[in-house]
Amino acid sequence: MNATAQPARRQLNSPPVPPSPFPYNPGSLLSVQDLSLEAVSHILARANALEGMDPLVRARILAKRRVALLFYESSTRTRTSFELAAKGLGADTTLVSSLSSSIEKGETLKDTGLTLRALGAEAIILRHNSSGAPWLLEQSTHLPVLNAGDGMHEHPTQALLDLRTILQHLRPGAESVAADTLSGVTVTIVGDIFHSRVARSNMLLLPRLGARVLLCGPKELLPEIAPTAGPGIAIERDFEAALRQSQVVMMLRIQAERLAGMQIDLDQYKASYQLTGQRLAALAPQAVVLHPGPIIRGLELTAGVADGPQSAILEQVRNGVAIRMAVVERALATHGGRA
Amino acid sequence: MTALLIRGGHLIDPAAGIDAPKDILLKDGRVAEVAAPGKIKSNGAETLDATGLTVAPGLIDIHVHLREPGQSHKETIATGTASAAAGGFTSVAAMPNTVPVNDSPEITRWMLAPERGAQVRVFPIAAATRGSRGEAINDFAALKAAGAVAVTDDGHPILKDGIMRETLAAAARVGLSVIQHAEDTRLTQGCSMNAGPTAFKLGLRGMPVEAESGLVERDIRLVTELRDARVHLHVAHTSTAAAVAAVRQARRNGLRVTCEVAPHHFLLTEEHVGLYNTHAKMNPPLRSAADRDAMIEAILDGVVDAIATDHAPHAVHEKEVEFEHAPNGITGLETALGLSLRWLHREWKLPLGRVLSLLSAQPAALLGLRGRGTLAAGSFADVVVFDPRAEWTYRAADTRSRSRNTPFDGWTMQGKVRWTISEGRVVYTSA
Repeated sequence: MNATAQPARRQLNSPPVPPSPFPYNPGSLLSVQDLSLEAVSHILARANALEGMDPLVRARILAKRRVALLFYESSTRTRTSFELAAKGLGADTTLVSSLSSSIEKGETLKDTGLTLRALGAEAIILRHNSSGAPWLLEQSTHLPVLNAGDGMHEHPTQALLDLRTILQHLRPGAESVAADTLSGVTVTIVGDIFHSRVARSNMLLLPRLGARVLLCGPKELLPEIAPTAGPGIAIERDFEAALRQSQVVMMLRIQAERLAGMQIDLDQYKASYQLTGQRLAALAPQAVVLHPGPIIRGLELTAGVADGPQSAILEQVRNGVAIRMAVVERALATHGGRA
Repeated sequence: MTALLIRGGHLIDPAAGIDAPKDILLKDGRVAEVAAPGKIKSNGAETLDATGLTVAPGLIDIHVHLREPGQSHKETIATGTASAAAGGFTSVAAMPNTVPVNDSPEITRWMLAPERGAQVRVFPIAAATRGSRGEAINDFAALKAAGAVAVTDDGHPILKDGIMRETLAAAARVGLSVIQHAEDTRLTQGCSMNAGPTAFKLGLRGMPVEAESGLVERDIRLVTELRDARVHLHVAHTSTAAAVAAVRQARRNGLRVTCEVAPHHFLLTEEHVGLYNTHAKMNPPLRSAADRDAMIEAILDGVVDAIATDHAPHAVHEKEVEFEHAPNGITGLETALGLSLRWLHREWKLPLGRVLSLLSAQPAALLGLRGRGTLAAGSFADVVVFDPRAEWTYRAADTRSRSRNTPFDGWTMQGKVRWTISEGRVVYTSA
């Protein structure tokens, strides 16, 4: 039997989807979709301003305010840059990680959040291995929650720092963003799209500024339905064809920790999707190469490309601190005190 | 035993073909008499004035999780049946995924013991295999003798062809139905919602519709191969167009294959998951709009044999966790009638008698519950009396269940239960 869904015979009126109660706190940054272009512009402008500010002046902005970093997954870049960002604004930070806290004893996310709030945390930066965890934490605490990556879902500050990096290269001096800021720009995201929160946040943000996002990868790592996530997204499985069209190439790591038994033939993967110096020189000699890290040299890209002149990977890392200063400031500025 | 006279109401008894003003006299737990208004002498019987109300056979839910033994923090037989009574149900069939699994006559009898405090009639459904592990088949004759009305491994579908074939054959020999929760769990590992655009966007692993329809098709193939008219396969909580299409085809081929649909599957879609609302997490998951519409169509065109709630209570703290980690299921006993009348009847124009049939006569026939699902003289005095026009708002906080995990909190319901009567006893009266 090969039965498939048939269209209904009549038009059926059905119960509406209730409106979303999120975000409970205007200082939260849960998804890039919560940000208007005006809000994106403001964050970019504040990132510029804060980066250029005298550190001693900057450190008075959030002097002695309390920010908690709650990390259920390992992280180098995101954790350190959030911490440096909050400290750079003068805030006191505390790090709670799942391996050295009562989370190990079975304390739930809700209780951990309530505990941090009781300890005086005014905002929580959350990295979690389950998609949607920041929404649960925000609902439970009503504190500003900054999503530092949730499962396979979103990583909004990564998309913002990627945007800042792209603008620095392609639109230097841009003061703000609008719906046509990235018109004519093709950004290709390559590799493990399915498991990537970086890909999801970028594909939901960049097209709103006029960019076209091409997704490139094998079927197991890039399902056919991916472009339905939003407008301006298309699949191009031929890496070389995608490269030819790209002003920006964003390489992703294969997320071994999320493969859940999936088998990937790495030799074949490299043959099809590895960004090599040859491919870059031949097909996209002007393109900016991005990677959210951690990079696996010799897998998704060669060491030569990672260290080469087209690579903006370390600029991304630097931009992370500026962007995160802006979102931490926003979290506490729009929220006078404790919930 | 006292007698009870329900006077002035409009009786709808689909199995008896009655849709007319009738008085009805209940005596000694049975229906004593049904007659034209004013024709029955009260003779001292207590009288309920049902003027302006509909009188119908008590509702029957063939898919309920009462959580006892073992998980009484979620629900007990007493609280679950109290919730059933509030929803107009007088019979509930209890799934065996208790702790321990109900795979023995002892547990079946324990569930039926008066000490459990059931408010309405409980019909245990026993596990098909030992511990619901899908390996060794239970003694169906002994389970039936203890009171089981069907067998299933519910949340742990029987994947092995040989075991499922043997289950169908052995159950048929003793006259029991086999209920399958159709999910090829090899395709759903680590999944927490329907596969599709919404799951991709939310970063959640999705269950493909083929996990349901594939197993339904496999089961139907086994029924076909057995060539035994006594074999009855019942597909629990059908949620996909493809599964319903398979059931429809099997019926055309003359097989005894039935199916049920839960209110959430004819009302909600994967969009209702919203931003990780765990009250929209169940298994089978909420599907696409096309699948949801197919459930409505299948109910309207008669392929569906029963509306069953899959009432699955969970404690508040169990649902207040990461979406992926939250347990599956929602409560449903108190909202099934109100949602069915509001949507199936009022919105989609299914006649009231057919709605009631899907909630009483048909499920009774499906599980062979004699004397239930009708108010013909001599039947059990299981009655629901409700105001079919009354609109009201469901408040989960007011539930009689021990749990309140429902996506229907604050929803408008139509049809307010005034009295629920179980074997002649008034077990629920609305405030």
